[in-house]
Amino acid sequence: MPDRPDETAAPLLAVRDLDAFYGDIQALFGVSMDVGHGEAVAVIGANGAGKSALLKSIAGLLRARPDAIAFDGAPIGGMPAYAVAGRGIALVPEGRGLFASLSVEENLLIGGQLNRPGPWNLRRIYELFPVLADRRALPSTSLSGGQQQMAALGRALMSNPKLLLCDEISLGLAPIVVRDIYARLPAILSEGISIVLVEQDVVQAQKAARRVYCLQEGRVALSGAAKDLTREQIAAAYFGV
Amino acid sequence: MDWINVILQGVLVGGLYAMFAAGLSLIFGVMRLVNIAHGDLIVLAAYIALVTTQTLGIGPLTSLLVVVPVMAVIGYALQWFVLNRTLGDDLLPPLLVTFGLSVIIQNGLLTLFTADSVKLQAGDIEVATIHLAQGVYVGVLPLLQFVVAVAVIAGLQFIFYRTALGRAFRATADDPAVAQLMGLDNRHVFALAMALSLAVVAIAGVFLAVRANFDPSQGPARLIFGFEAVIIGGLGSLWGTLAGGLVLGVAQAIGAHLDPGWQILAGHIAFLVVLAVRPQGLFPKVRT
Repeated sequence: MPDRPDETAAPLLAVRDLDAFYGDIQALFGVSMDVGHGEAVAVIGANGAGKSALLKSIAGLLRARPDAIAFDGAPIGGMPAYAVAGRGIALVPEGRGLFASLSVEENLLIGGQLNRPGPWNLRRIYELFPVLADRRALPSTSLSGGQQQMAALGRALMSNPKLLLCDEISLGLAPIVVRDIYARLPAILSEGISIVLVEQDVVQAQKAARRVYCLQEGRVALSGAAKDLTREQIAAAYFGV
Repeated sequence: MDWINVILQGVLVGGLYAMFAAGLSLIFGVMRLVNIAHGDLIVLAAYIALVTTQTLGIGPLTSLLVVVPVMAVIGYALQWFVLNRTLGDDLLPPLLVTFGLSVIIQNGLLTLFTADSVKLQAGDIEVATIHLAQGVYVGVLPLLQFVVAVAVIAGLQFIFYRTALGRAFRATADDPAVAQLMGLDNRHVFALAMALSLAVVAIAGVFLAVRANFDPSQGPARLIFGFEAVIIGGLGSLWGTLAGGLVLGVAQAIGAHLDPGWQILAGHIAFLVVLAVRPQGLFPKVRT
C-alpha cells in the first residue's frame, strides 16, 4: 500500500473492511483506513458517499464489527459511543450539535466532563477562540454559525482526545470563516492530536491534510498523499466518471 | 378573615401539589417520559413510610431519612431495568408500561395492606398552630410542608442549573446522541433523573400520609393533581410548577369553602380555565 503513513509504529486508528448500515441501507462497503499518530487525514466525497457514516461508525454511533475498528491497538468496533469517547475519540458532529439549553461555557464544560488529562482546558480553548470567551455566558444558540463551529470544536477538544473527528466543519459557513477555523488546526495538531477531516471542499481538505481518502458510494475510490493527487484523479474518484 | 384563612390553606396545600408535580415534570423534561405510575409511587412511598415508622418506632419526619434513599434506589432500578428499554422514538411504550406499573403497584399494596385507610401519626405537631393576626391561623405542619416544598423546588432548580449533574440532564434532554459523544451514558443519566424524581416523590408521600388518611387506590388522583399543576405552571419550568401547585391548591380551597363537594371540581375548573386562556401555562420555558 503506497499510502501508508511513514511512521513505523502501528497506526493510532486502523479501520479494516468496515461495513456500516443506516437501518436496512448499507452505507459503507469494506472500507479500510489508517490514521497515524499526530496525522491529519481528510475524507472527501460527494453527498451520500458514506463520509459521515464512516465517522459515526468510528465514534460508536453506528454498529460495527468489533475487529473492524482498532484504536490504540484495541478493537473498538460496536462499542457504545460514551465508551469510545472515554477512550479518547471526539466527534465534532455535522451541524455542530451544540446543546441549545446550555450556555457556551456549559457546552465546553460538558465536553470536559470525562476529566481526561491533557493540554486542553477552558483557558486554552478561550485562547484558541477568544470570541468564545466574550460570549461564554450566552446561550449557545445566540452564536453565529462560525462561532458555533468554534464552540463545537472547543467542546470536542475539552475531552482531550487522541483523535479528533470533524464532520464537515465548513458546511454552511462563509469562506472567510472557514479559513479562520482551518487556520487553528495546526495549533491543535501541534498538541499531538490526530485529526480526521470530512470535507466537501476538496481544495481546503488537500491543504489541511497530509493524506486524503476519497469515498464513492460507500467504497474507497482513491487514497494517497494530499500533494500527489491530481485534480483529474480526484474528479474521477469523486464522481465516478 | 375567613377568606384569608381559606386562601392561606390553599397556598399551603399547593406546596404539596407542587411536590407531586416536580417529579413528574423532571422526568418529562429529561426523557419525554409520561409516568402514569407517578401517583401510585407517591402512595407507595407513604406505605414505605408507614412500615418504617412502625418497625423502627420513629416519627414520620425522621422516616424521611430512610424513605428518600429507598425510593431513590427504587427509581434508579426501575429506570435501569424496565423503563430504559421502553424509550425510543415512540411515546407509547413508556406510557403503556407505566400504566401497567400503576396497576401492579395498586394491587400489590392492596394485597399487602388491604383497602383500609391508614395515616401516619406525627404527634403534637399535627395540631400545633401559629396565630398570625386577628383570626388568622396557620397549622405548623402545613407550614412546614410548604417550606419543604419551596426548598425542594429551589434544590431542584440548583441541581438543574448549577451542577454537573444538571448540565448532563439538560444536555441529554437536548440531544441524547450528541450527549453520548460527550461520554455520557444515557441509561445512567436517565436512571439518575428517575432516582431524583422518586426522592421528591418520597418527601411528597410522607407529607401526604401525615396530612390525611390514605389507601392503595389514591394514586391516580395524586397523578391528576400533579399533571394539572405542571400544565398550569407551564412545562419545563420548576418555579412555574410551584405556581401551578399554588393555583390548584387555592382553587380547591375556595371551592371547598363554598361547598365541600366542590373542592376537587374547583381545582379541575381552574385547570381548564388556564388551559383555555393560556394553554402554554403561566410560566412556559422559552425555547429558541
